[in-house]
Order: sequence, then C-alpha cells, then structure tokens
Amino acid sequence: MRLAKSWIIAAKDFKTLRKKKNIIYSLVVIPLLIAILIPTVIGYVGQNKSPAELVVLLPAFLFYYVILGSYLSTPIASYTIAGEKVEKSLEPLLATPTTDSEILLGKGIAAFLPPLAAVLGGSALFMLFMDLTTKGKLGYYYFPDWNSAIVVLLLLPLALLMSVQMNVIVSSRVTDIRAGQQLGALTMIPFVGLYVAGELNLINLGDTSNLLIIVAALIVVDVLLFFVSTATFRREEILTKWK
Amino acid sequence: MIETKNLTRKFGDVTAVDDVTFRVEEGEVFGFLGPNGAGKTTTVRMLCCLISKTSGEARIAGYDVGKNADSLRIRKLIGLVPDNVGLYDDLSAYDNLDFYGKLYDCPDAQRKENIQRFLTMLGLWEKRDAIAGTFSKGMKQKLAIARALIHEPRLLFMDEPTANLDPESAKTVRDFILELKKEKRTIFLNTHNLDEAQRICDRIGILNTKLIATGTPQELEKALSSGGGTRKTVVLLQEQATDAVLAGLRKLSGNVTTEGNKLTVELKDPEKENAAVIEAIAKAGGHIQSVTIAGASLEDVYLKLVKEGGGS
Repeated sequence: MRLAKSWIIAAKDFKTLRKKKNIIYSLVVIPLLIAILIPTVIGYVGQNKSPAELVVLLPAFLFYYVILGSYLSTPIASYTIAGEKVEKSLEPLLATPTTDSEILLGKGIAAFLPPLAAVLGGSALFMLFMDLTTKGKLGYYYFPDWNSAIVVLLLLPLALLMSVQMNVIVSSRVTDIRAGQQLGALTMIPFVGLYVAGELNLINLGDTSNLLIIVAALIVVDVLLFFVSTATFRREEILTKWK
Repeated sequence: MIETKNLTRKFGDVTAVDDVTFRVEEGEVFGFLGPNGAGKTTTVRMLCCLISKTSGEARIAGYDVGKNADSLRIRKLIGLVPDNVGLYDDLSAYDNLDFYGKLYDCPDAQRKENIQRFLTMLGLWEKRDAIAGTFSKGMKQKLAIARALIHEPRLLFMDEPTANLDPESAKTVRDFILELKKEKRTIFLNTHNLDEAQRICDRIGILNTKLIATGTPQELEKALSSGGGTRKTVVLLQEQATDAVLAGLRKLSGNVTTEGNKLTVELKDPEKENAAVIEAIAKAGGHIQSVTIAGASLEDVYLKLVKEGGGS
C-alpha cells in the first residue's frame, strides 16, 4: 500500500470538504457550544455541590467529546464514498492505478482528521473553561489529569477511528446516501452506552485501568475494522448495483 | 493492444456480454456500436478492470485483464472517459486534472504541462480556475476527456463521449478525437452514433450482447450489399425526370425514386450497371449533371445486423 496515494485522495477530499459549509459549521459550532454550555451549567449547578461530588461528575463530561467525534465523522465519512457515487465520480477514480486499500485509507484520513481536530480543539477549550469555572470550588485546576489525557489523546482518536471505519464500511455497502448516514450514526451507540453506564455507576469512567481496557479494546476493533472494510469494499457492486 | 477471446459477463441469469472475441491493434480507432443495453459499457468496464469477467479471456498490451497483479499495470496504461463524466463539481477544472495527474504518478512538470496542453486544446484553459460544477455539459465532457488523457495513456476508452451534447459541442469532441487519431493513439469508442463511428473509426464492431460483426465501415457496407442487399446510384439531372426517363430506368431496377431533379436507382452492382443507367437516361432524352454511388449505408448495415441478431 502506498501512503502517498491515500494522502492524494485525502487532500482532494479536504479541498472538497472546505466547500461544504454545513459540515464546516457543524465541525466548529458544536464542539465550541459544548465547551461553553457545560462549564456554564456546571458553574451554576456546581454551587450546590460539594467538591467531592464535582470531582465525580467531571470525568464523564469528557465523554461527550468521544460521542461527538462519532457524530461529526458520520456525514463526512458517508460523503466520502456514497458522495462520490452520487456525483458519479467513483468510476473514474476506480479506473486509476490505485488499490482498494489506498482508496479506503485516503477516505478514512479525510473523514478522520477534520472531526479529530474539531473535538481535540473543543475538548481543550472545554477543559480550560471547566477549570476556570470549578477552580473556586475545588481550589485547584482539575484538568488536565492522567485520565483526561487518556480520554482525549487515546480513547477519543480510537473511538473516532472506529466510527470512521464503520461509516466507510456502511457507506460502501448501502445503496443510498441517507441510509448510509442513518446507519453510520449508529456508531455513536457504544459510546453513549459507556457514558450512560458511567452515569449509572455500572462502570467507573474516572478509573485509569477501566479507561485503558476500553482503549485496548478499541485498538483491536480498529485493526479488525480496517481488514473488514477492505474485504467488504466491492468495487464491482458499487459500480453495478448502486442507483 | 486489446485482445478478447470468448469474453462473457453475466449478472445473475442475465448475460450482458456473450462470447465476444475481437482484436484492436495499436494506433487503431475501434468503434463499438450497439443499441442501449447491448453490453458496450459492461465490456469497457471489464477491459478497464472495473468489473470482473464471468468467463473468457481479455488482454490489454499483453497483460491479463482477469489477473489481480496485472490490474494496476493495465489501469496505468489506459484512460477512461465514462458515460457519466464524474467530475468533482466543487473543484476547479485545474484541480480536477491535477488530482488525477497525481494519482497516475505524473511528475510535477509533466502534469502541469499536460494540464495546460489539454485544457488549451479543448478551449478550457481560460476557465481553468472555474469550478467544474458551473460548466456546461459540453465543457464537462471536454474536461473528462482531458482528465482521461492527463497521463498520456496508450489506450483511451471513451463511452458515448458525444451522447447528450449539443451539435456544436459534439463536433468539438469529435474533432478532438480525430486529433488524437492523428497522434496514433489507440482509441476504443463506444457509441450508438453511426455517423460518428463512420467518420472516426478505422474499424467497427457491432455488438448486441454478442458481437455480430467487425470490419471497416466499407467492409461492413460491402458485406451487406454482397449478402443480398442493394446499393444506390444517385443521378442528378439538369431537369425534372420525365416519364420516359423513369420508364427507361424501371426496366433496369424495380426501385426508382425521384425527388425534384434527383433520381435514386437501387442496383445490385452499380459499378457494372451504371453504364446502362446513363444510356437509358440519354436515350429517353434526359440530361445528366452527375452520377454517384451511394451504396448501403452503415446505418443500413447496423439496422439489418442488429435486427437479425435480436436487437433490443
């Protein structure tokens, strides 16, 4: 596999994405909104909470960005293949001397990097605003700590990667772009489930070893998904069965 | 350059391409003529390694179309103008070509030179920074042709390149194909435009799921004539044809039509029979301006063969 080929495809998709205003707005506005809204709410609600209660609440909020990463990658990832098919541009692309893996990796990079930048930026702002809001109550800056570093620097990119790959698989299999987006959005479910489980105290998301187990599981899933996406990418079906 | 043997493609129970065998030589313009659904696009897709064959063999420049290892080599050698242009509507004309040039490993200098060269040849250089989505159909088709040529392929596949174009754009595209022909590029042209095939192609294959006939346009016309068909002698008179002239001609042919001062006489062998036609007209007092042999047109051949072959 030649990475340069994948990068050419990704660079072209970045150029195309820059023209999709609604996608750019959602990449900028939603992470920013969460970064401002949650610390503001905590600023008010937190006045009635003890420092011990606040410390329990805060780690789970970063999971919003894990969920958000999956959410934001769906339209881009669905667009990468389904969008090419809608624009009828997949046939000339497939006729170039490029392998399926190179195309899929390029599409994956294009769907991975913009939401990653958005959620990393958003989560950095979130931690900054949250520190400013809670410093008075806690007496110290809560973020960053080792757990938040694991969530932001490991769990979030791996979760996003999983979502992107699932979306690429779905968008190369379904015959309709909207169906692709709806099915692709389901990739958020595991992370919503984790967040809910954390809130219900079924899992402690503030525990480093729990986070590392989730990270390890995601690494395995991501590697498997790459092979599945390559194996399920059927250029022939895409060309002959899509309407 | 292209060689197929019993090439077949089935989609479930439906046979799209059935047992097709042909050769295309290097530097040749080969036209694939056939009605909609005849299997032209499927054949091109198989030859471009986009879809697999069900059975049979196909080789491009010696490489095996069915072999995974050869697939990338073949795709590097060929350029494809698909039936849907498939441009990136959000990118400029220049960026569309630049992207494909990079994918085909065109070195920077050559890529830039080719982009300028082909856009200039197709009259699009001034529009190089315009977004492709704003282009007319004709301009998009020209851009798709430039895209297929960006890496200077040895073999160019064109799938209905003038379909849905206005006459002026279609002519520009046809003229450009003729320019490419002068450069001795091998071109495989899918079309159902008979006039286009006749004007551009060195040889033609008539496909209707099965390959019904191949040959030069002249060979195909001749084959129809010798196979019981007729050809036409067109005589222009200086005056309207008189009853005497028509009566004289009807002794030679059962099918004589007149339109103003133009007479059309259907004959088996005009080269041999034209002397008798001229004599009959002169004897009846007619004055001849010109005599030409129209022959069976490619259209006649096409319609006859497709009908016989169970046309769709």
